[in-house]
Amino acid sequence: MPVADELADDPLEDAYYDYLLRIGDDALILGQRLSEWCGHAPSVEVDLSLANMALDLIGQATHILNQANNGDGDELAFKRDVLDFRNCLLVEQPNGDFARTIVRQLLYSTWQHLLFQQLAESRDPFLSAIASKAVKEVAYHRELASEWTVRLGDGTDESAARMRDALDWCWRFVPELFEVDEALEEMIARQTVPDPRSFEREYRAAIGDVLADAKLEMPADQRPILGGRRGHHSEHLGHLLAVMQYLPRTYPDAVW
Amino acid sequence: MSSDWPLWEVFIRAKGGLAHRHVGSVHAPDQELALRHARDTYTRRLEGVSLWVVKSTDIVASDPDEAGPLFEPAEDKIYRHPTFYDIPDEVKHI
Repeated sequence: MPVADELADDPLEDAYYDYLLRIGDDALILGQRLSEWCGHAPSVEVDLSLANMALDLIGQATHILNQANNGDGDELAFKRDVLDFRNCLLVEQPNGDFARTIVRQLLYSTWQHLLFQQLAESRDPFLSAIASKAVKEVAYHRELASEWTVRLGDGTDESAARMRDALDWCWRFVPELFEVDEALEEMIARQTVPDPRSFEREYRAAIGDVLADAKLEMPADQRPILGGRRGHHSEHLGHLLAVMQYLPRTYPDAVW
Repeated sequence: MSSDWPLWEVFIRAKGGLAHRHVGSVHAPDQELALRHARDTYTRRLEGVSLWVVKSTDIVASDPDEAGPLFEPAEDKIYRHPTFYDIPDEVKHI
């Protein structure tokens, strides 16, 4: 990666670049996942809801990855290998059924909303600008996912059972959202980004409230799975990238 | 799935001061999600600043078979149109 090489001798710039990749890749990968529903959602209305969220997220990713790579976010999106992605493991998980997609969205959008509310106050002008703009979109994603969680959890026996399975699947990826490693520590110390642990209690309370409305129980804590922020991904991300990157890698000069 | 859901009629106010106009319908399980579906389906291109949804079955409609008695009597009452006045050029928006 040319960009990483240029910045390698500056640990502060390195941490900033890394942070942009983390939040940019989260948005990109979740956006790509959601767009897989296009034409397959349970109803045409839900199809549009999911596609709208996908477009919001891909829009955010475009701004953030452009910032990380001197205006060429496409290079980062389409020409990086799987080990260079820095998204959390939650967002790369397969869509599964509609219940699992909704649980994944609830868990991620609630976190992203709390993060972006604070990030909007960042001393870094870019981070505060993108977070201020995106926070309204994310608030809507959070509300939509919460509404669906309640409808499905407090719906039929089958929808409730599927929601319990979905929670069970996704829950082990939550601790990663609050993990603070060295790179993030550096950013927090510069007071440019919030420490996610500062809103972990609020996050758990908020999720707990939605689940209570949905008549679902908070799952027991499982052994956390970490590593996405350092490039250790599940097998699923490689398959996602194969679809997403196929065209620009096969026809590098393709235009439309 | 969506055929199990009731139908809702969607009305959008394009901007402040204008009336809500009927734009179409959505399927949704209840009124909150009907609003969200309406937002996601009909306001993707900045079409409005306010949304109404109303259950289609709550709309009382006139009977098409009675269109004759209901509407045809107005056909020959052209004097009800305010078109017999000269409007001064200075008067706009009329």
